[in-house]
Amino acid sequence: MSSPIIRVTDLCKDYETALGPFPVLKNVNVSISAGEYVAIMGPSGSGKSTFMNILGCLDKPTSGEYVLDCHPVAELDSNQLAQIRNQTIGFVFQGFNLLTRSNLLDNIALPLVYAGTDKKVRHERARVLLEKVGLGKYPASMPNQISGGQQQRIAIARALINRPRLILADEPTGNLDSKTSEDIMRLFAELNEEGITIIIVTHEADIASHARRQVRFLDGRIVHDAPATEAPSRAEAETA
Amino acid sequence: MFGAMLGEAWHAMGANRLRTFLTMLGMIIGVSAVVLMMAIGQGAQESVKQSINAMGSNLFIVLAGSRTASGARLGGGNAASLTVQDGEAITMLEGVKAVAPVSFGNAQVIFGANNWATSIIGTTPDYLDVRAWSLKDGYSFSDSDIRSATRVALIGRTVVDNLFGDTDPVGKTIRIKQAPFVVLGVLESKGQSLDGRDQDDTIIVPLTSAQRKLFGAQFPDSVRMLMVQGESPEAMAMAENGMTSLLRQRHKLRDGDEDDFFIRNLTAAAESAAETTRTMSLLLGAIASVSLLVGGIGIMNIMLVSVTERTREIGIRMAIGARERDIMQQFLLEAIMISVAGCLIGLLLGIGGALLVNLLTGAAVVISSNAVATAFAVAAAVGIFFGFYPARKAARMNPIEALRYQ
Repeated sequence: MSSPIIRVTDLCKDYETALGPFPVLKNVNVSISAGEYVAIMGPSGSGKSTFMNILGCLDKPTSGEYVLDCHPVAELDSNQLAQIRNQTIGFVFQGFNLLTRSNLLDNIALPLVYAGTDKKVRHERARVLLEKVGLGKYPASMPNQISGGQQQRIAIARALINRPRLILADEPTGNLDSKTSEDIMRLFAELNEEGITIIIVTHEADIASHARRQVRFLDGRIVHDAPATEAPSRAEAETA
Repeated sequence: MFGAMLGEAWHAMGANRLRTFLTMLGMIIGVSAVVLMMAIGQGAQESVKQSINAMGSNLFIVLAGSRTASGARLGGGNAASLTVQDGEAITMLEGVKAVAPVSFGNAQVIFGANNWATSIIGTTPDYLDVRAWSLKDGYSFSDSDIRSATRVALIGRTVVDNLFGDTDPVGKTIRIKQAPFVVLGVLESKGQSLDGRDQDDTIIVPLTSAQRKLFGAQFPDSVRMLMVQGESPEAMAMAENGMTSLLRQRHKLRDGDEDDFFIRNLTAAAESAAETTRTMSLLLGAIASVSLLVGGIGIMNIMLVSVTERTREIGIRMAIGARERDIMQQFLLEAIMISVAGCLIGLLLGIGGALLVNLLTGAAVVISSNAVATAFAVAAAVGIFFGFYPARKAARMNPIEALRYQ
């Protein structure tokens, strides 16, 4: 495997509460290579979503180092962070997070607006991705006119439009039924085949089983990190 | 990039049409009030300016002093102290452009079966220049008419209407106090003076003819009044001082003696009228501007609500790579679009309102491109100024908190 696209060293994150700082992440160390497909698991409150937000440059760690694609993220200013979110990372959310007032094509093309691409190219590339996620017939539909699974496909297409090297998906199937979830997971598998690094947060074991590596969080620490075939049973994880 | 943002702003405005319209309404009322008030104010200024121009610019009148007869003081202009020679001397002064000696009175005028009482002005040909008065028909008398006291007359519009009706008066002979005068020309209509007198109800004849054939004079060459035109508004003070000392010297007045003449600056009176209307229109404009300010605050209020409502959208945009600057631009653009659109509608309403006022009341209105441009610039500035704080609030949001916002 090539050099790590993500390297996290001694990462800590505290939330300020009325009772003083509350640690959410405690000395997390992990390294992810380009082209990997990683599932991050753990019960709610284990810190996996916070970890994901830090990886996505949406949140900042309290201490520790995060190196993304050879850049120490702590040294970047807000414009550079915005550029990373725009160019390097594609985000997929549990709640899809589409813009309700824009049609599907415009939703997919939105990151290109912030990349400064001109309108013709924006629409061409958005159309290609719309085809790819199987909704090529509905460019002018609004997000509220399509199903949840279709909305998530649009969100994935949006995440892909700037050809990112890394896809971060936070519970992407959390709001979908099992059949639709399978479709979405198949799409992620295809993208991984194309060489895109994928990190997916989930608490469902069968979703995590699609990944090739599983990282398990508990109380702000990584308690398990192994290839998917060696996934521990639930009981094992809880006693660890 | 900019085109896409403009489209987004348009969408956002269309998303809640009633609210956008109500927000705009503040700007609409403000701008239309400003445009309307400025149109009316400038119209008033314009009509005052016209009256001033009709009177003639930079004018003084020099009146002879008062005379006491049998214990009764007869008022200014009755003493025989002012002469045609005084006028000629004043012409030489620095800052003085022209002087017209005037002697005037009222007389009954007859033409054919009609008769009419009007005011008669005896003066020199310079009078027409000084008063900025031109002829509509015929020609004026000349200096040789003054020397030989010919009986010729220039008559005003009102006199023509009353004596001649439809007949062409030029070349006809009228009788003023029984003396026959040939009509040489008809004066251009000047309308009302500032104090409401009909300036067209008059007849102008050579000074010498008036004195010898109509009114007589206490002494040859004495006149009741000199009309003096200054070179420029700046030269008025200098000309006034020069005239005072010259006349005192010519009239052999000692230090401590009172002036035996009066100098009146007509322009000053007119200018104070102009100043009043200017102050009025400023005041109107200022009151109207307050409504612009209120409109601006309305925009700020709605933009703040909009930023809060769209917190999640801001989070999404930031998560997919919008910079602070992009978010800032988006909301600022929206505020500016609302205010500029409001301004456009306000301009139309204001101009329409001004035309309506003109139609209904006949008051003069002036819609200057200057006022329109100012209203537009102010609207854009209001949009930027009151849109800035909400836009900055949006741009400074923490992406993760914005995404979590429900």
